[in-house]
Amino acid sequence: MEEAEILRRLKNRFPQAVQETLVSLGMDVAIINKEALFEVMEFLKAKPQDYAMLLDLTCVDYLGEEPRFEMVYHLFSLSSNRRLRIKARLSEKDLKIASLTPLWKNANWLEREVYDLFGVEFIGHPDLRRIFMYDGFEGYPLRKDYPLRLRQPRLKFRK
Amino acid sequence: MEGRFFTTTLNEILSWGRKFSLFQYPFVTACCGMEYMSAACAHFDLDRFGAGWTRFSPRQADMLLVVGTVTQKLAPVLKTVYDQMTEPKWVVAFGTCAVSGGIYDNYAVVQGIDQIIPVDVYIPGCPPRPETVLDALVKLQEKIKKQEQEWRWKRRKS
Repeated sequence: MEEAEILRRLKNRFPQAVQETLVSLGMDVAIINKEALFEVMEFLKAKPQDYAMLLDLTCVDYLGEEPRFEMVYHLFSLSSNRRLRIKARLSEKDLKIASLTPLWKNANWLEREVYDLFGVEFIGHPDLRRIFMYDGFEGYPLRKDYPLRLRQPRLKFRK
Repeated sequence: MEGRFFTTTLNEILSWGRKFSLFQYPFVTACCGMEYMSAACAHFDLDRFGAGWTRFSPRQADMLLVVGTVTQKLAPVLKTVYDQMTEPKWVVAFGTCAVSGGIYDNYAVVQGIDQIIPVDVYIPGCPPRPETVLDALVKLQEKIKKQEQEWRWKRRKS
């Protein structure tokens, strides 16, 4: 399959930041350095690239590998009807990445979800607190090393 | 006067009245809710057994139907709803999730609502068939019939 135009443009614009590009099952994928995430996303959102929509943002835990975590961003271009996947690896020692909330408003809750379940810290996020689990919950339940049947103290009942 | 009166005990007539006028509060959180709607609507019709009036305020209800998964975050809400209901009150755990947590044996889900509030009838199934719901209702009515009823001016045995 012919490599998409957008991946070539991305590699030309950020030769240092883009580690690898590929086409997986008809979807363009770019693996980038996490330091360049915000710049890359800003470039992709701007015209003429026009990836105006952040479809999803999540994290994957590859326990035992280094770097251990991988952030995955799915973008969609309404004008060209194309999707794009951006990945960035994070090591456990430095589990921080730039927040995309200034670019996309929906990144706010998506990043809170990733923070809640994986413990990734988003720099520049306006309101980084847990979204699914309750206050006082310890640990990050979607990490592969979180015990399967660990029970935590329940929330206090109102008197 | 022949045939114009009958004798009974207050306890018996109260239990008879209460078992046929169950006002339900559906605490619906998950997919079992569809099955509950089916059981409550015309096809299966809970109303045939005297539990037709759904109240969406716990203060007016006396049968709490916990329909679906209860997460740890929702547990205090369920407890508050239960506390807000006036006596007498009964609780039905509807579906496997409410009974035991079901397939969700994980960090987020309460492993059975009986860890939070007392339960009178458990309905198994994922989701339960409406016939099972009707069966549970009849079982609850039998239980209410046998129960010692409470009323305000009742003399307490000490």
